[in-house]
Amino acid sequence: MTIPDPAPPARRGWPLWEVFVRARRGLSHQHVGSLHAPDAAMALRNARDVYTRRGEGVSIWVVPSSAVTASSPDEKDPFFDPAMDKAYRHPSFYDVPEGVSHL
Amino acid sequence: MTTPDTVSATVDVTRDLTGDLAVDLTADPIRAVLTHYVLGLADDALILAQRLGELVTRAPQIEEDIALANIALDLLGQARTLLGHAGEIEGAGRDEDDLAFLRDEREFRNVQLVEIPGGDFAVTMARQLIFAGYQYELYRGLVGSADPTLAGLAAKAVKEVAYHRDHARQWVLRLGDGTEESHRRMQAGLDSTWPYVDELFESGPGPGLALLDGIAVDPTSLRPAWESFVGDVIGEATLTTPQPIWRARGGRTGYHTEHLGHLLPEMQYLHRAHPGASW
Repeated sequence: MTIPDPAPPARRGWPLWEVFVRARRGLSHQHVGSLHAPDAAMALRNARDVYTRRGEGVSIWVVPSSAVTASSPDEKDPFFDPAMDKAYRHPSFYDVPEGVSHL
Repeated sequence: MTTPDTVSATVDVTRDLTGDLAVDLTADPIRAVLTHYVLGLADDALILAQRLGELVTRAPQIEEDIALANIALDLLGQARTLLGHAGEIEGAGRDEDDLAFLRDEREFRNVQLVEIPGGDFAVTMARQLIFAGYQYELYRGLVGSADPTLAGLAAKAVKEVAYHRDHARQWVLRLGDGTEESHRRMQAGLDSTWPYVDELFESGPGPGLALLDGIAVDPTSLRPAWESFVGDVIGEATLTTPQPIWRARGGRTGYHTEHLGHLLPEMQYLHRAHPGASW
């Protein structure tokens, strides 16, 4: 017995894209989610329709999900644990002068 | 409405221009023709919004589902402004809801292109290419209208429609220049919608738009730019511009295909069953 593939062929054929949206000038692009699209131009349009319907952005990047190299959950300890006990790396050991905003 | 719904061989200009409208063509020709004109623009947007809305949850991809719903909502927004404006010009106290939900088939003035069923996705994209291409030129022209409501709406809507046009272009290019099957379907989509093209570019009956110089845009003047854009897309998509052997006519004067009669009950049911219902 063969188990039917849950994804229809068309869906399988469309690659996944990661979407980054810049909310306004001066901010960096933030990852907002992913979507399927047949190519980059359509991915950009789909991202416009899916992620910026309520005025969320002024610029969009789409990146093929296959181009993302991700850290592995197995490497979580060596990657991240050593930073946990080094409080001196946080900028919390000096006083902020009065009148300085947006710091 | 006093004229019976029979198709007469001789065209009754007064009936065709104003029909059920509460404006007198003889006493106030400019207001009558303008009401008719604005209602035509409004009904095009309203009926196509309804057709595109039918695709929600049925589009081939969820991303496309949202794209089509966005386009439908843009058109619905345009329709609301235009219907409200038509009601004001008519001056009989009808608001956007009255005009959208309480008119019958014979009183709608949309072109037949927007009421025919969407068919498969290629038919829907063929219609989008034709209609968004037309609406883009239309709104670009109306930006300079002496009617401030039309000019304001056009300035906002032309950006929306530029996106609709690009969306349709992208799909026609991909389907036309895609696989053998997608090419066949896209060509079939163009072939089945092309008989409805001519109607978009007609000036209408009687004295019509000549009275609205500076207010309305004569649809015949939009055709060269439309043909240039659509022709480029079709060529790049390796498709062929159809040469239909028949053409639709009559939508602007209330003569419709049998399909509008099925669309309206679904669109109007709630308002007619529960008058004045609100969220």
